[in-house]
Amino acid sequence: MSPPPEHDYTGGAVEDGALNLKETELRLGLPGSESPDRDDKVGLTLELLSPKSFVSGAKRVFCDAIDAGGGKWGFSAGEAGSEVENGKGSVLFTPKGEGSAGGKPPGLGRAGNDAAASGQAANSGKSHREVAPAAKAQVVGWPPIRSYRKNTMATNPPKYKEDADGKPGLGCLYVKVSMEGAPYLRKVDLKTYKDYRELSSALEKMFSCFTIGQCNSQGIPSRDGLSESRLMDLLNGSEYVLTYEDKDGDWMLVGDVPWEMFTDSCKRLRIMKGSDAIGLAPRAMEKCKSRN
Amino acid sequence: MTYFPEEVVEHIFDFVGSHRDRNTVSTVCKAWYQVERLSRRTVFVGNCYAIRPERVMARFPGIKSLSVKGKPHFADFNLVPYDWGGFALPWIEAAARRCPGLEELRLKRMVVTDDGLELLARSFPNFKSLVLISCEGFSTDGLAAIATYCRGLRELDLQENEVEDHGCQWLSFFPDSCTSLVSLNFGCLKGEVNGGALERLVARCPNLRSLKLNRAVSVESLNKILARASHLVDLGTGSFAVDHRTDAYHTLMNSFPKFKSLRNLSGFWDASPCCLRAVYPVCTNLTVLNLSYAPAIQGDDLIKIICLCFKLQKLWVLDSIGDKGLAVVASTCKELQELRVFPCDIYGAGTTSVTEEGLLAVSSGCPKLNSLLYFCYQMTNAALITVAKNCPHFTRFRLCILDPGKPDPVTNQPLDEGFGAIVRSCKNLRRLSLSGLLTDQVFLYIGMYAEHLEMLSIAFAGDSDKGMIYVLNGCKNLRKLEIRDCPFGDIALLKNVAKYETMRSLWMSSCDITLGGCKALAAKMPRLNVEIINENEETDEFEENLSDLHKLEKIYVYRTVAGPRNDAPDFVWTL
Repeated sequence: MSPPPEHDYTGGAVEDGALNLKETELRLGLPGSESPDRDDKVGLTLELLSPKSFVSGAKRVFCDAIDAGGGKWGFSAGEAGSEVENGKGSVLFTPKGEGSAGGKPPGLGRAGNDAAASGQAANSGKSHREVAPAAKAQVVGWPPIRSYRKNTMATNPPKYKEDADGKPGLGCLYVKVSMEGAPYLRKVDLKTYKDYRELSSALEKMFSCFTIGQCNSQGIPSRDGLSESRLMDLLNGSEYVLTYEDKDGDWMLVGDVPWEMFTDSCKRLRIMKGSDAIGLAPRAMEKCKSRN
Repeated sequence: MTYFPEEVVEHIFDFVGSHRDRNTVSTVCKAWYQVERLSRRTVFVGNCYAIRPERVMARFPGIKSLSVKGKPHFADFNLVPYDWGGFALPWIEAAARRCPGLEELRLKRMVVTDDGLELLARSFPNFKSLVLISCEGFSTDGLAAIATYCRGLRELDLQENEVEDHGCQWLSFFPDSCTSLVSLNFGCLKGEVNGGALERLVARCPNLRSLKLNRAVSVESLNKILARASHLVDLGTGSFAVDHRTDAYHTLMNSFPKFKSLRNLSGFWDASPCCLRAVYPVCTNLTVLNLSYAPAIQGDDLIKIICLCFKLQKLWVLDSIGDKGLAVVASTCKELQELRVFPCDIYGAGTTSVTEEGLLAVSSGCPKLNSLLYFCYQMTNAALITVAKNCPHFTRFRLCILDPGKPDPVTNQPLDEGFGAIVRSCKNLRRLSLSGLLTDQVFLYIGMYAEHLEMLSIAFAGDSDKGMIYVLNGCKNLRKLEIRDCPFGDIALLKNVAKYETMRSLWMSSCDITLGGCKALAAKMPRLNVEIINENEETDEFEENLSDLHKLEKIYVYRTVAGPRNDAPDFVWTL
């Protein structure tokens, strides 16, 4: 049989000597039997697997090692790939359920096939047959789809959804965004955001400082939105207001209408200085006051 | 026949078309060999390492058309390391030296360089057609060379290649005097092309019949092109996405009715349902429709367009079509010959988009169906048996059940009986790909019944060496056998070694083949190259310590008269 394979063991790397290795060492086979090639293979080894398979991966490792070569451990000594608290490390080696030394949790023997990238030479013939359904684990070259297609589809995920009333939506909707005082305009794809908050934070990142009238997901300015302090800032002109030009050519304050209606009618965006937007703010103030 | 002068014999050979027949004819006697080789115009080399290019050119100095394939098929799925080989340059160089009359070159799965393309462009004054499929290693600079130097170029067809983008100018290199283009396909290019140059090129090529644009071509540009190319038969649409409030959209909506000759549509990279409506006027004439790169088109919209396509012969879609959509295909597309259903969501959680129901519907509704590629999450024996009965004319049957080793969900049985029915019923089956839970039994059936089978792809199947032995002993016409993750070992490998000289190639990965087995094979069969592909990083130490019992990850065995190749990278050992 080949030398112990380099399986992807779940991470539970520990510093050498930090643990009492003897105690946490797992012995395969019936209690009392000694596992061969133990001498320099003592110790824990591991490289971290992806977090998803962290827990179940430990089981797979067990059974995989058990299957491969009937009872030989495949652990090899190695430096810690990454530090994990001792606590975690020891938990890993206390297998969940009953799968302790000699036991074999059912149904997981060939899952190891999936955990390791396909093509591990150590897989014995037996483990090929009943490969467990790939629960998010990826086998190299499976499914048999050309890389050209995979790459193309990866950059073209189906994010499109039609509106509930059947109005046709679009794959992307780029609109220009201008900002007072900025030397050039930007463009954003409105379809990549699902509400005002996302749009706001994206624009904030792009332009670094501005604000819009606060609104909740229905697009209705909340009571808290236009608080006094905020309005003071607006009026002082140190804040910015986000406005848009709609289908009719009018400049509107962003946030009044539901998001879908907004994306449908918005032709371009403009970030105005608060002082210029004075004309808009009072209306909002009135709305707010009438609610209060 | 030997009393006829050579010219008469040559004239008779003109009627002998197929490669195989011509190969046979050339073995009759020396005189015929000579006549045949000098009059041969087309050569197909299925494995570029089976013969040295110089020998091909020396034997056939008069060839006008050369077709060469490089990497094994599983390279498509990343199972063959990147720099394994398959270089086109030696072939181009040899042809440049000996066969200056070359007019057509077709390469598949090969490494092509810009230097090679430039050499090609400069060496053949009558060059007319370049087709590159699944190739890599070149950039748009190489395409610029082709455009510049190939006067009289008729066809430039780039299918699914990896092309490095060095800018959009390559199209501008087609001189104003170039008016001969019949077919231009640059769908696989990732970068922008010069819109103006493209439009002018289309405008000055009156014979242009096939035009496949890449994703970067916008609808605005497409509109301008369509205005100049009303004789198109085959169109790849570019991105096909535009806001429905724009003028471009309205122009698009009115563009298609004038295309009386359009038969073949593809592209649709970003198409939305409202843009797709633009093609409704031409649907009734379509024979080929490829919507498999348009994930934004969901089931209902697919149904709307398919309802109109009653002359369709070839349909490629995503599995978002659903069983419901396939039922519509079955009731509408009575001329359908080829169906391919690709998965939308490659690592999906098992959402059942198409099942055996869809396939059943198509098999009963489309009597002419002969070619299938079907990705699904489940299949039953009962369905396969019925499909086999409904469609005895399958020549290509590729079924991919996405969970490896999955049994019939109704009976929990392996799918041996289902596939067995397929091979028993489809007497002309040439290509078969298996999936799902399968035992040695299915291979017994294949060996017994699949007499015309030429290519077989196996993954995660079988119980023992017997499976592979059944196939090797049974399928008389087998040319390509590719196997991954199956429990076949040395016994199977060595049972029928003479078989491999009757085949083009054998690929085995993640099976139970050992170094010793391969050594034995290589020793018995000197005219095979037994390649061991070892990507393990510790190659050097391993080499010394490898025992014959060491299991091999990947082997590729092929017949050759060229001996071990001299361009193999470090990780490939030829025994």
